[in-house]
This record gives sequence, structure tokens and C-alpha cells, in this order.
Amino acid sequence: MTFRKYLVLAGVTLCASIGDSLLSRGMKQVGSISLNHLPDVILAVLNPSVALGILLLLGFFASYMTALSWADLTYVLPATSLGYVLLTLIAKFYLHETVTTSRWTGVLLISAAVGFVTQGPALTHHPPKAQPHEAECEPASARND
Amino acid sequence: MKQAYAWSAIAAIVLASTTGDVLLSRAMKQVGDVGALWRRSGLWTVMGRVLQNPNFLLGILAMTVAFYSLLFGLSWGDVSLVAPASASLTFVTNAVAARVFLHERVDHRRWMAALLVAGGVVLLAA
Repeated sequence: MTFRKYLVLAGVTLCASIGDSLLSRGMKQVGSISLNHLPDVILAVLNPSVALGILLLLGFFASYMTALSWADLTYVLPATSLGYVLLTLIAKFYLHETVTTSRWTGVLLISAAVGFVTQGPALTHHPPKAQPHEAECEPASARND
Repeated sequence: MKQAYAWSAIAAIVLASTTGDVLLSRAMKQVGDVGALWRRSGLWTVMGRVLQNPNFLLGILAMTVAFYSLLFGLSWGDVSLVAPASASLTFVTNAVAARVFLHERVDHRRWMAALLVAGGVVLLAA
């Protein structure tokens, strides 16, 4: 794992949690949208928080796809679950919400999971498949080398 | 009855989301290391290869189904049940599906991580 790859994983985590928070804040500013006024959903994009939230979620998707191109799914998902921890910290220190003991326990479990998975290899290396046809066609002299 | 609807929506979310994750992961493995490909051939080549991959398109379709199932689930059940239950179950089913369909080596460390995250998500929503 290179520093650049850790940056991509951090990008997945940060973009998802901050993007969700911005979308939530923006949609609360826009107010509830009635089914009779569906075009209001499109106008909601004009809200700066919603627009920035959408941009960050696009960034999340790009980082997630990039991470999946060089790491296993069972590595990427737990490694990027720190977003849940980040959201709890935002709720506690930025939004001044009350975080219960069970939530802190959840944060500890997720942090432990990230520690577990990031100590192992990121990608399963599959051995190259044998080419039976080529092996059969290989001359005996080559096999004896 | 609404509880049964909510759990069927949760099952749909977990199934569609796991299918989407597996398909997207397979697509990106077929495309190869995006960073290396970008440096070698440029951004448009990366975009072209990703968008033309059938697994990627099917993955997006499955994720769309998961999203709409979530919307239905939220209309039938409490957000405090639907969101954490679907998120935590998806971590476990992803580990099983990655082992079966992607032939990933899911060792005890990864199983432990998937179960810890699943438990952590449930506690966060408690």
C-alpha cells in the first residue's frame, strides 16, 4: 500500500461523510418538498450545501471505484467505515449532539475493525490460470529445460 | 404487517446492494489499476473502459434498485430499524459474496472486521 492509495481510502471516507452531512443540512434549509411540487427537488440543487454535497458524493464514487480497482471489496468496505466514526465526531463536536455510551462503543468496534483489516494485504493474488492447451503443445525439449 | 413490509424491504436492500458491490468490484478489477491506466493512457481511456464495462452498468442498476428499496423501506418502517439493519447485514453478506463470487481470500481478520463493523453500525443507531 502506497501513500497515494491511503489518500484514496481517506477520500472515500471523507467525501461520503461530509457529503451526507452537507446534503442533510442543505435539505433542511430547503424545507420539506411536497409530491405536488416535484420541480422543487431540482431547484434544491441551487442550494450551496446541496450542490457541494452532490459534488462530494461524486468524489466519493470516483474514489470508491478507484479503490476497488486495486483492492478487495472485503478490504475497502471495512477500511472506509471510519466514515461512521467521523459522522459521530461531527455530531458530538460540531453539531453538539448528545452521543450515548452505546454509540461510543459502536465507534470503538468500527475503529477496531479498521485496525484489523488494514494490517492485512489489500488484494487477493490469484495464481495465473494454467493454459492446458499450451502445456499440451509444448515440445518435450522445452519441458526438459 | 408494516413490520413484515419493512423487513422485506431490508432484504431487498441487502440483496441489491451486495449484488451492486460485487458487480462494481468485478468491473473495476477488469478495468485494472485506475491510477496506472490514467498515467499511461489518460482520463478518457479510463472513463471509456469503465463506462463500457457491462458489470459496471449492471452494478449501477443494482445500486439504483437498492436506493429505491431504501426509499420504500423508509416509508414502511422506522429509519432507526431500516438504515442500521440494512447497512450492518450488507457488511456480512458482502464478505460471503466476495468469497463466493470474487474468490477473495476472506481470512479470520476480514471476517472479524466485517462482524465488528456490522455490530458497530447497530450500536451507532441504538
